Amino acid sequence: MLIKKPADIPPSEITSETNFLNRRDFLRSGALAGGALVTTTAAGALVPDQRGAQLPGVTPGPFSTSETQTSYEDITTYNNYYEFGTNKADPFANAQDFKPRPWTISVEGHADKTGTFDFEDFIKPFDLEERIYRMRCVEAWSMVIPWVGIPLADVVKYFAPTSKARFVAFETLNDPEQMPGVRRPNLDWPYREGLTIAEATNPLPLLAVGIYGRAIPNQNGAPIRLVVPWKYGFKGIKGIVKISFTSTRPQTSWNMAAPREYGFYANVNPQVDHPRWSQARERRIGSGLFAGKQETLMFNGYGEHVAHLYKDLNLRRNF
Amino acid sequence: MIASLDTLIQVRRIWKPIVFLLCLVPATLVVTDGFEITGRLGANPIEEIQDRFGIWALRFIMITLAITPLRRITQWNWLGRFRRMLGLFTFFYALMHFLTWFILDSEMLISAILEDLTERPFIMIGFAALVLLTALAVTSTDKMRRRLGRRWQRLHYAAYVIAFLGVSHYWWQVKKDVTEPLNYAAILAVLLGARLFWRWTRKRKTAKDFSAPKQS
Repeated sequence: MLIKKPADIPPSEITSETNFLNRRDFLRSGALAGGALVTTTAAGALVPDQRGAQLPGVTPGPFSTSETQTSYEDITTYNNYYEFGTNKADPFANAQDFKPRPWTISVEGHADKTGTFDFEDFIKPFDLEERIYRMRCVEAWSMVIPWVGIPLADVVKYFAPTSKARFVAFETLNDPEQMPGVRRPNLDWPYREGLTIAEATNPLPLLAVGIYGRAIPNQNGAPIRLVVPWKYGFKGIKGIVKISFTSTRPQTSWNMAAPREYGFYANVNPQVDHPRWSQARERRIGSGLFAGKQETLMFNGYGEHVAHLYKDLNLRRNF
Repeated sequence: MIASLDTLIQVRRIWKPIVFLLCLVPATLVVTDGFEITGRLGANPIEEIQDRFGIWALRFIMITLAITPLRRITQWNWLGRFRRMLGLFTFFYALMHFLTWFILDSEMLISAILEDLTERPFIMIGFAALVLLTALAVTSTDKMRRRLGRRWQRLHYAAYVIAFLGVSHYWWQVKKDVTEPLNYAAILAVLLGARLFWRWTRKRKTAKDFSAPKQS
């Protein structure tokens, strides 16, 4: 049964109605609620440093879909996060002891403001928004995820890139102690991603710090990750420790690993197949054994907001 | 070494039914996990079912191919009695893997299936392996074996080709980390290597026996 929800429903209500918690999570969040500490003042976003803790001060943001949301359990147990292993269940299994605090993010390159920031200081100037986005993986499955985060465009403007900055590059933490996956050369670590400055200042991309109104779980990219809803999921770099403003196009991990299969742009495009599988249709996670696949939409259905960015680009060649 | 009549009766009456039931465990788990009795199929159950059947098909062909070298090393001739059953279970799991893809994943959309079969080499390779497996399953009866005579053995050497196609099929669809397919490739290499080694030593031995009579 499809339950339609209006897009402007408050995040707290969405959480209480649809948040699926398994027994373990329930016990853990209960135990944490008692000791939850809020470390910043009302001036900025308040992100408690306990895993799974409720995020305060979240307001509904624009662009949210009213499609049925993927369950909390599916979102947090079916992940691609090669730093914690290459199977979908590995990140949930291997990321539980990962420490997302203390955490620093360094901002580098062609910008007026640069430096190394504590995670709390980094997000303090911004307000937390909830945005319910479709997420289309390059492997032809998709989810609908209620993210909590800060618009990337606001972050980019805050650091005031200079005219030389044409791209924004991101890097994930590369810690073999905590991340068993990086002990093996499956990808050229650290994980790298990038956007053009026009893409990064588009209102859609989000730096997410939460899911379902709660602090983002480790396996989903704690404490902060990128969400670019019109691109394949691998553009959504997790566990970000470095953001640089560059004049040349940055190297991106999957493009480095298999340039024939994964491009820099990685826009969702049902007309351009992956060399080994079709991208025309997608399996919506949680739809059941006999639901069948659904048609994949150009730019994952976000064309009205982003198609203009690519009007002079051959999307078949620049996949 | 000839196995005693007692052993053969024991194999047929006790061990064969036990092994048969054991071979059905992975398939049973797919069903019981589906109903969340023994476990779960996870967020993407179709992919999980397809992967499990596929991996068990690969495991069963390796187990089947391991029988002959194992029998040779241990001298347990009764092991040979399980070869047909294990081979047929390879076919069963490969068929279930195919049917999951055909019915649940492709939803029997002929256009999508034809596109997959013709444009995606790894699917074509898997399909070729299934066609060969079907031929071996159909000719696995005693009657077919007698009827085909010497050609039967030649036909059933296709088991090696199937194992090779199976590993390639797995290797080709992995996104990046080829550790698991590599494991199966290594097992296959050992199983084939053992046979080649024995064949080579036997040839050398026979050659020596004929060409260089012992000096006294």
